[in-house]
Amino acid sequence: MDAAGRTVLVRPDHDLFTRGNQVTASDPVAARADDVWKVYGSGEAEVIALRGVSVTFQRGVFTAIMGPSGSGKSTLMHCLAGLDSVTRGEVHIGETRVTGLGDSGLTKLRRDKVGFIFQQFNLLPTLSAKENILLPLSIAGRKPDDAWFDTVIKTVALQDRLGHRPAQLSGGQQQRVACARALVARPEVIFADEPTGNLDSKSGADVLGFLRDSVKTYGQTIVMVTHDPVAASYADRVIFLADGAVVDELSDPTPDMVLDRMKRLDNPAEVAR
Amino acid sequence: MLRATLKSLLARKVRLILSGLAVVLGVMFVAGSFVLTDTLSRSFDSIFSDVYSQTDVTVAGKPKVEVDELDGESLPANVPQSAITAVSALPGVAQARGVVAADGATMIGSNGKAVGSFGPPQLGENWLGENELTQLREGRGPTADDEIAINVGLATAGKVKVGDRVGVLTLDAKQRMFTIVGTFGYSGDRDSIGGVNEVAFTEPVAQQLMLGEPGVFSSIDVKAADGTSPDALKQQVASALGADYTVRTGKEAAAEDAEGLKSALAFFNNILLGFAGVALFVGIFLIINTFSIVVAQRTRELALLRAIGAGRRQVIGSVLTEAVIVGTIASVLGLGAGIGVGALLAYLAGQFSGGLALAGIGVPPVAIIASFVVGLVVTVIAAVMPALRASRIPPIAAMQDVATPDRPLTRITWIGGVVTALALALLGVGLYADGGLLLVAGGVLLTFIGVALLTPVLSRPVVGVLGRIFSWSVPGKLGRLNSGRNPRRTAITAAALMVGIALVTGVGVIVSSAKTSIAGAVESVDAQLIIQGSQTSARPPTFAPGVVDQAKAVPGVRDVVGVASDLATVNGQQQFVTSVTDPAPIPVIFGSTAVAGNISALGADQAIVNDDAAKEHNWSVGSVLTVQLTRGTEHRYTVSGIAPADKSIGEIMLPPAAMTEFTQPGLSLGFVQLDQGTPVASVQPQIEALVADNPLVSVIDQDTFTQQQSGMLDQVLVMIQILLALAILIAVLGIINTLALSVLERTRELGLLRAIGLGRAATMRMITVEAVVISVFGALLGVVVGTGLGAAVVRALRDEGFTDLTLPWSTIVLYLCVAALVGVVAAILPSIRAARLNVLGAIAHE
Repeated sequence: MDAAGRTVLVRPDHDLFTRGNQVTASDPVAARADDVWKVYGSGEAEVIALRGVSVTFQRGVFTAIMGPSGSGKSTLMHCLAGLDSVTRGEVHIGETRVTGLGDSGLTKLRRDKVGFIFQQFNLLPTLSAKENILLPLSIAGRKPDDAWFDTVIKTVALQDRLGHRPAQLSGGQQQRVACARALVARPEVIFADEPTGNLDSKSGADVLGFLRDSVKTYGQTIVMVTHDPVAASYADRVIFLADGAVVDELSDPTPDMVLDRMKRLDNPAEVAR
Repeated sequence: MLRATLKSLLARKVRLILSGLAVVLGVMFVAGSFVLTDTLSRSFDSIFSDVYSQTDVTVAGKPKVEVDELDGESLPANVPQSAITAVSALPGVAQARGVVAADGATMIGSNGKAVGSFGPPQLGENWLGENELTQLREGRGPTADDEIAINVGLATAGKVKVGDRVGVLTLDAKQRMFTIVGTFGYSGDRDSIGGVNEVAFTEPVAQQLMLGEPGVFSSIDVKAADGTSPDALKQQVASALGADYTVRTGKEAAAEDAEGLKSALAFFNNILLGFAGVALFVGIFLIINTFSIVVAQRTRELALLRAIGAGRRQVIGSVLTEAVIVGTIASVLGLGAGIGVGALLAYLAGQFSGGLALAGIGVPPVAIIASFVVGLVVTVIAAVMPALRASRIPPIAAMQDVATPDRPLTRITWIGGVVTALALALLGVGLYADGGLLLVAGGVLLTFIGVALLTPVLSRPVVGVLGRIFSWSVPGKLGRLNSGRNPRRTAITAAALMVGIALVTGVGVIVSSAKTSIAGAVESVDAQLIIQGSQTSARPPTFAPGVVDQAKAVPGVRDVVGVASDLATVNGQQQFVTSVTDPAPIPVIFGSTAVAGNISALGADQAIVNDDAAKEHNWSVGSVLTVQLTRGTEHRYTVSGIAPADKSIGEIMLPPAAMTEFTQPGLSLGFVQLDQGTPVASVQPQIEALVADNPLVSVIDQDTFTQQQSGMLDQVLVMIQILLALAILIAVLGIINTLALSVLERTRELGLLRAIGLGRAATMRMITVEAVVISVFGALLGVVVGTGLGAAVVRALRDEGFTDLTLPWSTIVLYLCVAALVGVVAAILPSIRAARLNVLGAIAHE
């Protein structure tokens, strides 16, 4: 494992991209970052958050992005989702080139191709669960597909809670509403930002279960940022970031495997040994 | 999306109420004005249709001098007996009666005071007996020359009864004594029609006292013979009498007479609407602030909407929808309140004018339309800026605590500078190049906007300095820092207060300058006593020219001049003219020297003009003026002298004989110059004795005269202050609003402060300091801007007699103190709220 880790660390990033591309050459790609740089500030205050990240997300795959604090995992997700602009490089979601889109293009992208799940749930407190779930569709002016809505509701087990306000729901239930909200529009990719960060382990396991099921059963693509190895173990693939660069990746991870990699990332001295 | 907006709005009812309240008050003002004027105007309609209900056709002489409606009433020429005879002979006429009815019969009540008001006329008339409208209640009609009958309303107001002997003032400057032999009322058991008072004399007395000559009438009341329509009768009468007469059917007369009053009412309405406009303008500031704060508080929510696919337009739409809803609700409430206020004011106006019977409260369509248009437009305009700001919230704010980036103040300051410069240019053109009132008003409005835009930049240093005063304690220091923390918010809140304070200060500067100028002008006149009537109705009281001669004979009196004035047609234009008893003393009393010709003597066909009028009309010594006075025929006067404008009596001074043809032949003003060293007190009683026959005329010294003139200005100032109080009230609401929302916004911070040991009282003190700093800052701005505006107006009016610029320092200091008090009051509720915070809950608050 030491050897593998070191190899990954010294390998130039474009190699990783090439490798990813080769592996998934026949599969459709849901999202892709090509040599993405993100630099905040300038001069003395310059902070490089991403240094030439290239990564590809295949359709129907649940990917977790992990890394220590400040590794750039949130920044990468924001850039992928079009919430933040990249300094250099390109981002694509499906066929759409996100880099260089104007506000209306980005709005259309978020409306049609991207779904979000947030750590703080971010439900509108004044709307009922059902209204919250249907909000993206009503914003887009689209009619909900009743059968799909029922399926989603069943998947997240919220049949009895549709009329409730967020304040009347538990944290786990609120996050399930948020999941349903993301799923109901059938976006190209769902980006989840620490979705279990505010939940107890039981509720977190429920939510992660739903996410994995939606990938397995309905072919949904999910990209999740997390620092919880258990959460990451639900994913099909884990990408590790450190210091703004992709340093490793795992397929079909277990919590122990993830934890092990994380430990080494947290302690570079050990890696060097 | 709409549902999300609606629900979010409903969830924050308090914010809805606060932002709506300003609109409610403004709309209330607008709707109230319309309801008031509509009610009054319909009341006038009903009065005049009553007055003319018995009349088929009415005939009056064409007025010799046509007076603008706002300057007064045109006095119709008298109708001779021959015209009545001619009309009586017409085939369609059943009856033609000469009517004497003229304004200016003032009865002295049992308390020795004149009964009357500036509202409805005080008619003196010939007794025509009872008819369907007029009915005797007690006694009989007058038959002897010293008998009168009066309407019950007048008898009640003057506390007199049948059998009493009372004085009546008429064209004859002396009070004449009459015995009341009867009282009368009107159909429908009314004591008065619209507050009009009537004194009925016998015909010859009425003719002499009310029209100034025997055998003439004010109008002819014509009844049609059976089978002749009023319109046909009108044609007959008009063709029989020719062009010198105005012939109208009763209906036309009612409509036209009412119309005359209505145009005055429309003017009044416009003034009220102007003040409503000011209130709404201030309201805009409040709404901008409320919506901005609300947008700031909803940052996360709006960012979420953006993250899940809402476009910028949808966010803008969401904020504007909220504005439309608030505007609509506020308009409905404002309209309702306005109807109440309008009804109340109409009732008060009715009481004030002596019992005007109101024709029922009406809500004209224009009130409803104006309410909704104004309410919606104001709210939506005010919400545009916050809406644009909301649309700039990045979707990423849904995940992070990113503050909406505050744009630097450079741009807003530049815009503010440009707007202010533009405003000053407009004001300059408006004031100094006679650009008109509209330019001045536009300039003032732009000044407010410009200064409001500059306020954020000003707020940092000024608030800093102001805050130092309170910085001796920790809560004070925190309050000061808080008020300086969001310069835009502080600025808009302060700017709202600035508008009201600036306007009252500006008017205050103008009024105090006017008072000093008057005092200066009076002092420059070398007359120690002034004979003057205290006006209690539309017509000023007068005294006989003989009084001047008698006064001259009083020991210690050096010279006296009496002045009468009226509107006349001079060379085809309406002009103010005066006539003096003798021009000789004027140069001495006023210290004036002739600009041209001779100004100390006036021949029977000569006139003296002042140099302003001479310049304006291109008159010089030898110019001929063709003058038509209210009575009599056209005269030609040759200009014999030109007097300096600042030391003369009126623009055009006619010889003594002219005053007999004025609306009121008596003198209205007299200047008495005493011998050097003669004590005023020794002469005053002797001159007072000369005018004792008219209780309304008094003899006063210079100081009293100045005070009387200033007193009227003070009344105007108070009126304006009352009307602007609404604008200031709205600004106070704005301060409360800003503080309340700030407290809400800083819940967590307040909890923290409380947790580390800030006491309740200290918390309240902190909020109060913040409020006081904001309000004093606003008042300071207002005082500075207002003083500037007032001074500009005063300087521009230098030629109109504003010789002095005086700043009302005591009032200015008072405004600043009131502002501080306002801050304290505004802080009460928000600070209580802040002090009551549950510490634990506040810290956990998101």
